[in-house]
Amino acid sequence: MDFAFSEREEMLRKTVREFAENEVTPKMGAMEETGKFPMELLKPMAELGIMGVITPPEYDGVGLGYVARTIVLEELGRVCGAMPMAVQVHHMGCAALYDFGTDAQKKKYLPALAKGETMGVVAVTDPSGGSDVVGMRTSAELKGDRYILNGRKCFITNSHTSDFWIVIARTAEGAKGLSAFIVDKDAPGAKAGHEENKLGLRGANTGELVFNDCEVPKENLLGQEGGGLAIAMKTVSETGRTGMAATALGILTAVYEEAGKFASERVLYGKPISALQGIQFLMAEIYAQLEISRLLCYRASWMKDQDMRFDTESAMAKWYACEAAANAAKKAVEIHGAYGIMKEYTVQRLLRDAMVTIPAGGTGEIGKVVLARAALAPFMKK
Amino acid sequence: MKRIIVCVKPVPDPKHWHKVSMDPVTMTLKRAGIPSIINPLDKHALEAALSVRDIRGGEVVLLSMAPPFATSNLKEGLAMGADRAVLLSDPAFAGSDTLATSLILAAGCQWIGDFDLVFLGNFSIDGSTAQVCSQLAEFLHLPNVMHVIDMKWQENDKIIIIQKIEQGYVKLEATLPVVLSVRKELNKPRYVPFTGILAAESKEIKVLSNEDLGVDSSSIGLEGSPTKMAGLELRRFERAKERLAGSIEEIVAKLADKIYQCNIS
Repeated sequence: MDFAFSEREEMLRKTVREFAENEVTPKMGAMEETGKFPMELLKPMAELGIMGVITPPEYDGVGLGYVARTIVLEELGRVCGAMPMAVQVHHMGCAALYDFGTDAQKKKYLPALAKGETMGVVAVTDPSGGSDVVGMRTSAELKGDRYILNGRKCFITNSHTSDFWIVIARTAEGAKGLSAFIVDKDAPGAKAGHEENKLGLRGANTGELVFNDCEVPKENLLGQEGGGLAIAMKTVSETGRTGMAATALGILTAVYEEAGKFASERVLYGKPISALQGIQFLMAEIYAQLEISRLLCYRASWMKDQDMRFDTESAMAKWYACEAAANAAKKAVEIHGAYGIMKEYTVQRLLRDAMVTIPAGGTGEIGKVVLARAALAPFMKK
Repeated sequence: MKRIIVCVKPVPDPKHWHKVSMDPVTMTLKRAGIPSIINPLDKHALEAALSVRDIRGGEVVLLSMAPPFATSNLKEGLAMGADRAVLLSDPAFAGSDTLATSLILAAGCQWIGDFDLVFLGNFSIDGSTAQVCSQLAEFLHLPNVMHVIDMKWQENDKIIIIQKIEQGYVKLEATLPVVLSVRKELNKPRYVPFTGILAAESKEIKVLSNEDLGVDSSSIGLEGSPTKMAGLELRRFERAKERLAGSIEEIVAKLADKIYQCNIS
């Protein structure tokens, strides 16, 4: 067993950290204010390798795998939680195309994603769906050489920043009646609708997709007809949950650093408040939550790189790290006292950002459903 | 373009400067436990070399005189895009001042050989002497331009160089080979791309000792360095304090005197 990062991984961390600190920081004021994703960073991030980190070199990516991706997301999230949120969903688009696309689809879409020409999206949730994936009503009906899509997707990350979307829609009744489609944003009848105004992760774009007799060429079916649930589940579980976990991990790292810095600088009773046991206990818990999350996140990513099944581990990392980020951020706000609720201080944003990671990519409770299934499996009679 | 040499120096990471202390006996910096980074201006020097290579071709070679740990800094330079690296590392070099360092670096340049350009950062953030560039050029019998903030290629391999001076700029024309020391205004160093990290894993870092270079051992190291540290004093930021004694009247009179002496009116 080896818990150390390789020299390659350490260099990766360093370069992403430098990039995030120098290039993302100046954008954050506007991101918080407008809720807009800084599109001008797409190309520089792609040049670094961030956009194509899990895409193989044959499709213009760097193919470094999921441990590398987690390092990238953690470092972006340490500076600005909205960045890994947007980037991780982009990776979901890359993964779905790579895992289920035809050669022609991969050649057409993957290089554009790796080069940062546009962003990836996987649109699963619609107003009647969400945790109940199969409850979705967005429909797709085959008419001649094209599918006709009708319905609405909501809470879709990168909805307004992408040129095409991977959309799950119903082609027949039941769980086996879902199918995945690549929908061009300019397709007749397709529209990006309302843009959401979120509590946190404000710089990541979230919005609606609306389909009104939207025409999608038959060759844009991703995978098999009826294979949509499997595509959604694999992509959400493997790429989405590890991505949300890594986003939370980045936020946690920032929480730890902000809390530690403030506790050692703020002087009360003639000493830094870090000398008070009450503050020390909070720091101890934040520190442990960070390290536990880190272990869970990297274990799940490592298992993906080893080609192991890891749906339980990704659900555990996602549930724990997101809960821990919100919980630790609350403690960090408390350590800051009244400063903690002032907009000039970073911790209030960290708390808001952490809260947004909880329902994203499968709610905490859905995560626990997955965990309970695994926890009880050895005791089930048949 | 045949070859471009870029001198890089590992320096203590400014994020850890609060941990840096001085050895009271040798009067040198105690670096143990402090991570090192590539001197920030040297990254601008490397960027300059890489952009020259991008348009004029040639090979970019990193050169550093440092303890063996510097291989990790050199690896970062290789990941940024340099083709190979040469590390001059020998206990005999330890404690070298700028003159001895320049002599050793000159020997390193000559060992690499056949170069058209040598790029350096104008100064390092730890020593901040800004002496190595000119001394190195002198030992190489080459011209040196410091404070380079822009450069443009002319016909016949001539370069137009813009040099920053206190009250403006100087426009210079140089022929190759030449030693150039750069300021941060010259460019923005590229970030290490992930592909660069992978490529660096198979690039060479050649480690040379003085046995390979053959520099006169009486001119290098602490002993061979003409710079001698006269003393070491901790800079204090406390305000000067003086307590005046006597009766109230006497104290007021003394205080008035002091204020008068301070020329405060």
